[in-house]
Amino acid sequence: MMKGSGLRAYALLYLLFLYAPILLLPIFAFNSGTVISFPLKSFTTEWFGQMFGNATLRRALTNSLIIAVSSSVLATCLGIFAARASTRFAFPGKGPIMGLIMLPLVLPEIIVAIALLVVLLSLGMTLNVFTVILGHTLICMPYAAVILSTAFNSLDRSLEEAAYDLGETKWSAFRLVILPLVMPGIISSLLMSFTISLDEFIIAFFLAGNEPTLPTYIFSQLRFPKQIPMIMALGTVLVVLSIVLLTIAEYFRRRGVARTGAKDTGGFL
Amino acid sequence: MTETRDNRPEAVTPMIECRGVHKYYGDYHALRGIDLTIRAGEFFSLLGPSGCGKTTLLRTIAGFEDISSGVVLVDGKDMAGVAANHRPTNMVFQSYAIFPHLTVAENVGFGLRRDPRGKAEKAAAVEEALAMVGLKGYGARASHALSGGQRQRVALARALILKPKVLLLDEPLSALDRKMREQMQVELIKLQRQVGITFVLVTHDQEEALVMSDRIAVMFEGGIAQLDGPEALYARPASRRVADFIGVMNFLPTRVVGDTPSGTEIEVPGFGRVEIPASNVSRANPDDDGPSIGFRPEAVSLVAPGAAGHSHVAEGVIDEVVYYGDMTYYDIRLDGSDGFGDKVRPVRIAMRNVFGREVQDVGARANVSWSPGSLVLFR
Amino acid sequence: MASANRSQAAQGLSLIAPPLGYALLIMAAPLLTILAYSFFKDGYLTVIREFTLENYASVWADPIFHKIMLRSLGVAALVTLVTVLLAFPVAYFLSFAVPAHKKSMWLFLITIPFWTSYLIRVFLWKVILGYNGVINSGLTSVGLIEEPLTFLLYNVNSIVITLAHAYAPFAILPIFIALEKIDRSLLEAGRDLGESRAMTFWRVTLPLAMPGVVAASLIVFIPVIGDYVTPTVIGGGKIPMIANMIQAQMLDLDNRPLGSALAVTAMLIVAVFSLIFVALNRRFLKVRQ
Repeated sequence: MMKGSGLRAYALLYLLFLYAPILLLPIFAFNSGTVISFPLKSFTTEWFGQMFGNATLRRALTNSLIIAVSSSVLATCLGIFAARASTRFAFPGKGPIMGLIMLPLVLPEIIVAIALLVVLLSLGMTLNVFTVILGHTLICMPYAAVILSTAFNSLDRSLEEAAYDLGETKWSAFRLVILPLVMPGIISSLLMSFTISLDEFIIAFFLAGNEPTLPTYIFSQLRFPKQIPMIMALGTVLVVLSIVLLTIAEYFRRRGVARTGAKDTGGFL
Repeated sequence: MTETRDNRPEAVTPMIECRGVHKYYGDYHALRGIDLTIRAGEFFSLLGPSGCGKTTLLRTIAGFEDISSGVVLVDGKDMAGVAANHRPTNMVFQSYAIFPHLTVAENVGFGLRRDPRGKAEKAAAVEEALAMVGLKGYGARASHALSGGQRQRVALARALILKPKVLLLDEPLSALDRKMREQMQVELIKLQRQVGITFVLVTHDQEEALVMSDRIAVMFEGGIAQLDGPEALYARPASRRVADFIGVMNFLPTRVVGDTPSGTEIEVPGFGRVEIPASNVSRANPDDDGPSIGFRPEAVSLVAPGAAGHSHVAEGVIDEVVYYGDMTYYDIRLDGSDGFGDKVRPVRIAMRNVFGREVQDVGARANVSWSPGSLVLFR
Repeated sequence: MASANRSQAAQGLSLIAPPLGYALLIMAAPLLTILAYSFFKDGYLTVIREFTLENYASVWADPIFHKIMLRSLGVAALVTLVTVLLAFPVAYFLSFAVPAHKKSMWLFLITIPFWTSYLIRVFLWKVILGYNGVINSGLTSVGLIEEPLTFLLYNVNSIVITLAHAYAPFAILPIFIALEKIDRSLLEAGRDLGESRAMTFWRVTLPLAMPGVVAASLIVFIPVIGDYVTPTVIGGGKIPMIANMIQAQMLDLDNRPLGSALAVTAMLIVAVFSLIFVALNRRFLKVRQ
């Protein structure tokens, strides 16, 4: 079909547009030229060496990991509550309450960051890794809630009743049936939240005080042309890491869907 | 209400008793005072259209729904405050609810977790239960790879392994295709006789209920309209509504002439004056279209004009012929319908297409043979 | 009744309490604080808790605010238009041309770039579009141009390109979901009733896909208008948008009441524009499939 192939060509071009910046990353990360331009010079791993030797970067990495792990665990726990409540129970004010929990998805991050910053400062709190965790948990929570709602939703409610009917208590039915079935969703939510937090700039920029995170460190280095090749190397590592994490997340999401026998309705969001 | 079948003494021990059971969802009155006794060891069906409360009733027996008022007894014990996991009932769910993360054997053995028996004994019990439902050797299979019929068998084995006093089946055959459904109907009957457990089946399929059940409760709008054995239900429906729901029934408007010592004398268009025995008179006629008689399409037959041996014959014209292969349906417009208004519809007659019998044409004259005993009067 | 319903409600509410509490504490309370601040007086490095509308008056009177707000709205509208127009054929392709078992693979491919370091992606556009960037150095080295093209960077175009790239998956997913929901027999019915492929698309597919298009537009428009990184990195600080202005007012100038009034005003304007947009499309949104 002519029409299908035209669309296909367009879609492939579009994919190229989406991936263009990411594809350039490794090219310049291994290019020995100090200026990011063509033609390329020679192959080098110097920038990666520089990256691993950078103490501030190591500190930023540690901070980012602490923040990402904490926020993803917290957001996923909160997401489990929200998903279970929204998929299983009817309660007054459900719509507005779920809307409020999902609001960070559409609220510009700058607003969240500024509002939180003003409150934290007026409460006299020092800005550090912990305050970033507060913010990141908030913005990861809706994603976690969405992923987990899908996981809980694809569960046939009679599975739980069957366990109950076969002599289990409410809690053991949850533990033996629900939890194993939503586990892929939980893992997927953890990885997704981790990726979001690791990559988040604005909130970290406003709430981290003097502590660097990976994105704020990168932002601070973008002004110095000398540092750009190293940032390219760092970017390459981060992109590879993100893709690996997302692939694992997607694998678990699909396995979860397959397990519960539901129809796969597509990717994230 | 008449109860005709299964009056053997050992069958009369009550297993489930519902007394004045009401259930409200907000303002919605889902169960309106259910009084019901299900006997030990019988195959009992709750039959009705969707939304009639049959599944709600089943789920109140299982313990998944609280009742708003009334009493539910299972094996003589009041079930108030007894949660589903402590009731002597087990359920086969409409979706089968096979745990997708467990193997067939793990599914079947799910309820044995708290059983004090050893591992080997439990495994033997699982194997035995699987053999009972014809799935011997399927234990190690992944449950999500099973076909619909196999999932149903796993669900049965999983419930029966716990040796419940009552097995509750919620539309268990509705997800199967026609062939499989008919096969499973027979298997379920055999299984029930083999294990001797009380089965309570919820279905909207009247044929399924008639085929499988010892007794059937027909439900409309949260109440029981009739409780009877299959034959009684089919031959003597208690109301026009029940008659309409179960199979096809012809209705003709009727004038009541008067009561006689043994029944009621009536006048029917085309049939003339008839005396209906008291056992075939139903006074529950909520539709209130005035009195009417009902009869099944197969209770009357088309006969050649002047054929001998037919004491009651009505005449008419063939209005419509519908050919089904093994059967032909004729719609006959009866003579002598004048004076009954325009409510008289053609009478449907089912004729088996035996060898040598010709299919009649539309517009031909026809004689209809009937017998007074097959008429039911609704007044 | 109601025992069942009441216990349902109680269980649901107790489950929802932790995430709700968190959202109230970490988001709603700070937002309300900002709202309160916007009505307070600024006392240089402190905030005087006295009700005033001065902040709003000075926001509305400020020509810089007008200029920046208009630019932000313009950029966001342009980005939304470009993103949705570019995304629609891709969503259409995904929904109608890709076989079912490959759909999640395609969706995955499309969403991946979205989750990879936003900051670096934005910066890379600067690298691509810059004076000595990939396009210019590439074109020069193959001899197509003598002098680097200067219209590529530090202007609104480059901001639009960068943002359109960043928010692409946001636009594709809602449209894709709306297209997936369309009963395929409706399209066959359109053809059967004598319409050409193109007219069937125009009269059946597009109206039914409009809820997705509206959702996609909002989901791109709202975050884009609050974007901070792109104007900073790509615009080189020379083309600030509203987020940069709020940040400057709040932190650099430390005038929290005025910054708050700015933030509240901007959010209100965005809300009004979004509501008008939804209202304009309401006839499409009423369709239930």
